[in-house]
Amino acid sequence: MKSKNLYLATFTTTAVIAIVLLLAAGLPAESASGQPPTTTTEIKIDNFSFGPQTVTVPVGATVTWINHDDIPHTSASTEGLFKSKAMDTEDKFSYTFTKAGTYSYYCTIHPKMTGTVLVK
Amino acid sequence: MPDKKPDLIDQNLQDLNDDGVDRRGFLKCMAWAGTGLVWTMSGGIPVSGAFAKSYGKGAGKAGDFTFVQISDSHIGFNKPANPDVTATLQTAINKINAMPQKPDFIIHTGDLSQLSKPSEFDTLDQALKGASAKQIYFVPGEHDMLSDNGEQFLERYGKGTKGTGWYSFDHKGVHFVGLVNVANLKAGGMGSLGHEQLEWLEDDLHGRSASTPIVLFAHIPLWTIYPDWGWGTDDSEQALSYVKRFGSVTVLNGHIHQIMQKVEGKVSFHTAMSTAFPQPAPGTAPSAGPMKVPAEQLQSVLGVTDVNYLVSGRSLAIVDSPLGSTGA
Repeated sequence: MKSKNLYLATFTTTAVIAIVLLLAAGLPAESASGQPPTTTTEIKIDNFSFGPQTVTVPVGATVTWINHDDIPHTSASTEGLFKSKAMDTEDKFSYTFTKAGTYSYYCTIHPKMTGTVLVK
Repeated sequence: MPDKKPDLIDQNLQDLNDDGVDRRGFLKCMAWAGTGLVWTMSGGIPVSGAFAKSYGKGAGKAGDFTFVQISDSHIGFNKPANPDVTATLQTAINKINAMPQKPDFIIHTGDLSQLSKPSEFDTLDQALKGASAKQIYFVPGEHDMLSDNGEQFLERYGKGTKGTGWYSFDHKGVHFVGLVNVANLKAGGMGSLGHEQLEWLEDDLHGRSASTPIVLFAHIPLWTIYPDWGWGTDDSEQALSYVKRFGSVTVLNGHIHQIMQKVEGKVSFHTAMSTAFPQPAPGTAPSAGPMKVPAEQLQSVLGVTDVNYLVSGRSLAIVDSPLGSTGA
């Protein structure tokens, strides 16, 4: 009768809650998104020059050029492997070097500006 | 011009000039530019004279004409060196329109735009619509080549040109050649004309009478002014060898945003001021680029160039006028 039904209802509810809690506890924690943040090597462009003019990075590294000059510049590989759009002040360009080697680059607008990325 | 490092200027001039223009002569030229004193070429020998006297009276002879060179408008530039390059361009156009002798045409020696953007070219075109001379000839600067190797520029200004935009035309007996030395630039180099253009130039000049006055115009100087800053053209010697036999050759360039002049035999070289912003003199700053001057001085370091062809002497007289000066 009434008290027996109430007992059953309470037991069932408690059981369900317990099961849910147990299941929740058993679920694996949400994994962190992706890999740890990749570091990028920065080359600053200012006064018509790349700084540092030579950088050494490991294979797979990303290099980011950022233009701090008041005139636009580009970064282009002498072998045609990459070529940025014209970067105005505060614009950036990134390239990831997947193979070891010596990469010469220059500014296509002001070709006297040259630099090297050594990938080891 | 501020004389901050006299030794450096002297050294540079010594290095650059084995043509007899010493520091004193250089500074004299700078003063002349401001006062409108004419430095004419007559049979290859420079002769100075007050401009108003010699030209104003003699004007009107059949075949005499005048044209204007403007350069480096850099529409789109908006940094402290000049926050409103469109306004200074308009001042330059007003100055052209106020010239007593209406120029037959205008030559723009490049860097029309700052970033080769369509809106920048549009603004320039709009401003030039108000110029008294309706015929305008252009050659690109490196800033005009930023969208796919100058496609935008060629579409707008390259009709009838060859290769990267070179061409020639004749006007009242004077032969004009527009050259492009801002395409396919090599790492570590300066300006470059390239083999194809040089071959075309040689062919274009072939057979012309040596008494034909020649005017070459290109963006980057066709003589070596300062290699460290890329102020020169790697293969210009070859181009200049093709004009050696002519009696009068004038080379008009831009790019360096300041007046520089040189005479070598029968060839006179001239670089124009910009209508947008000045640049430092060679070696007087860590790099080339926009040079900020006090606001009240800006108009004195920007300008236009009036070139007058006088049939009688088969000579071209070059007169530079800062925007801030009164009179042509």
